[in-house]
Amino acid sequence: MMLYLSPNIADPDDFYAELINSQRDLDEEQALRMNARLILLLANHIGDRKVLTEAIGCARGGGG
Amino acid sequence: MTSYIYPKFGYRRSQEQAEGIVKRHPIVVVGAGPIGLTAALDCAARGQPVVVLDDNDTVSIGSRAVCYAKRPLEIWDRLGCAAPMVERGVSWNVGKVFFRDQMSYQFDLLPEADHQWPAMINLQQYHLEEMLVARCRANPLIELRWKHRLLSLKQAADHATLAVETPDGIFPMEAQWVIACDGANSDVRKMVGAEFTGQFFQDRFLIADVAMKADFPTERWFWFDPPFHPGQSVLLHRQAGNIWRIDFQLGWDANPEEEKRPERVIPRIRAMLGEDTEFALEWVSIYQFACRRIDNFRQGRVLFAGDAAHQVSPFGARGANTGVQDIDNLAWKLAMVLRGDASEALLDSYHEERAYAADDNILNSTRATDFITPKTKPSRYFRDAVLELARHHGFARPLVNSGRLSTPTPYVTSALNTPDHDAMMVGMRPGTNAADAPIAVDGKPGWFLHCLGDGFTVVAFGKVSDKTEIAVGPFAAKLLLVGRDIEDPTGVLAQRYGASPGTTYLFRPDQYVAARWSGFDEAKITEAVLRASGHDTADRTELAA
Repeated sequence: MMLYLSPNIADPDDFYAELINSQRDLDEEQALRMNARLILLLANHIGDRKVLTEAIGCARGGGG
Repeated sequence: MTSYIYPKFGYRRSQEQAEGIVKRHPIVVVGAGPIGLTAALDCAARGQPVVVLDDNDTVSIGSRAVCYAKRPLEIWDRLGCAAPMVERGVSWNVGKVFFRDQMSYQFDLLPEADHQWPAMINLQQYHLEEMLVARCRANPLIELRWKHRLLSLKQAADHATLAVETPDGIFPMEAQWVIACDGANSDVRKMVGAEFTGQFFQDRFLIADVAMKADFPTERWFWFDPPFHPGQSVLLHRQAGNIWRIDFQLGWDANPEEEKRPERVIPRIRAMLGEDTEFALEWVSIYQFACRRIDNFRQGRVLFAGDAAHQVSPFGARGANTGVQDIDNLAWKLAMVLRGDASEALLDSYHEERAYAADDNILNSTRATDFITPKTKPSRYFRDAVLELARHHGFARPLVNSGRLSTPTPYVTSALNTPDHDAMMVGMRPGTNAADAPIAVDGKPGWFLHCLGDGFTVVAFGKVSDKTEIAVGPFAAKLLLVGRDIEDPTGVLAQRYGASPGTTYLFRPDQYVAARWSGFDEAKITEAVLRASGHDTADRTELAA
């Protein structure tokens, strides 16, 4: 499988709002800690090592 | 509560020093630690006389290496000394990982059934060395020379000359081969000018042996960021005879001399154990670690083993365990070269195989270190996230790395292996160490590894031949048939080796699989034995003819 880069989230505005709102009352440190947990949860859900490597590379490269 | 009395082995002037004659020894081992003593026992077990030089006259001070894994126990069993180690040591299976004030998770290293030796024992290095010394002293081929300090080493084409200092002065010795087992700060390594490079970690650890009568269970407890030692890690491990090993991570800014003082150490331990626990401090040391290895394990006539060849962080018990496996790999090769059954080229495979294993150990121990001591703030967030998630969710537990316990590295790329001709074969791949299994000989229960010989051994499943050995050039391989020489009453042997009738395995003298086939074919076996003893193709054709 390849890293999926086309739109895949059903309700993008709602998802984005949920993500931002989930950190609204956190300070920066708490938010960064939460991000780390979130990345690990999502990475495990994906599982596929090739996809994870691709995603890490894509993110590291500025998302391009 | 303090228990251990350090033995004094006593200096004796050697005959060659007394008489002033320069003697050339086949093998001189430098350093009488666990690796040097194992080297002496293994070379002697293969018929070679050995002289061991050590600048001291006692065992290791403090517990130092603590955990010994199954493979070294199998090697020491081959050398006749595993049983007292296991009897004296403590076996453990349960590990607990704590994060801040809560347990993150616990694991049980349930050992695989049907093995003779446990997955891991804990035993102070001084007890282990004392047992190895006793075993060496009982062997007429081994001469232990205490208070013999190596001053210099010069290499010639077919030997090395050593200048050795004793209480009676300086005298020269010659050695056809030198095995350097003189530790991470190896003088021999400096004498031959070998490179020793890798990564230093900017961190310091306090290690303490503590005698106490506490009712902690026999488990490995590892704390990340505990309330009694904030921001750092702590390890508690039980050893033999009410001695506990405690490791405190101190950070890079700690002052080693200051931190070693009992008035600094005792409050740390009290904070951890509680006010009511009575304990006595036996030994304290501060260390800083590095992951490094020598550029080549063979430097002319000098062969490096143990910490002299590679240094790893202590997480995962990969120091002594891998050093013992260096010797397991080296001793049979050296003995074959000394007997003239193989050329010196075989010794280059020692570097090839053990440098590969050292790199694997360094990789594992670097990864554990990166988890235990995150280098950046974001990596600390990931580390903490893993520990938080591990408390609730199984998925995060395999990511927790407080040290991956030592297991043998298979020599999958070794030139000594004969590649599988049949891609469908299951079981033990060439380059892996032989799995043990319960078997029976003449109806009596026993263990498979005990049946493997001192030299090459061929094991075939089924009555495929009438022979008991296969002649190979100048030597012979022992032939064992499952169903004739050994029985497999439980079927575990056949299962572990993926065997069906006709399956044939070739084991090296260090019990590693050199080759395997789905059928028995003497010509192929001969070719594989010659390949595994370092003969090149032209050589093999000539010897097989």
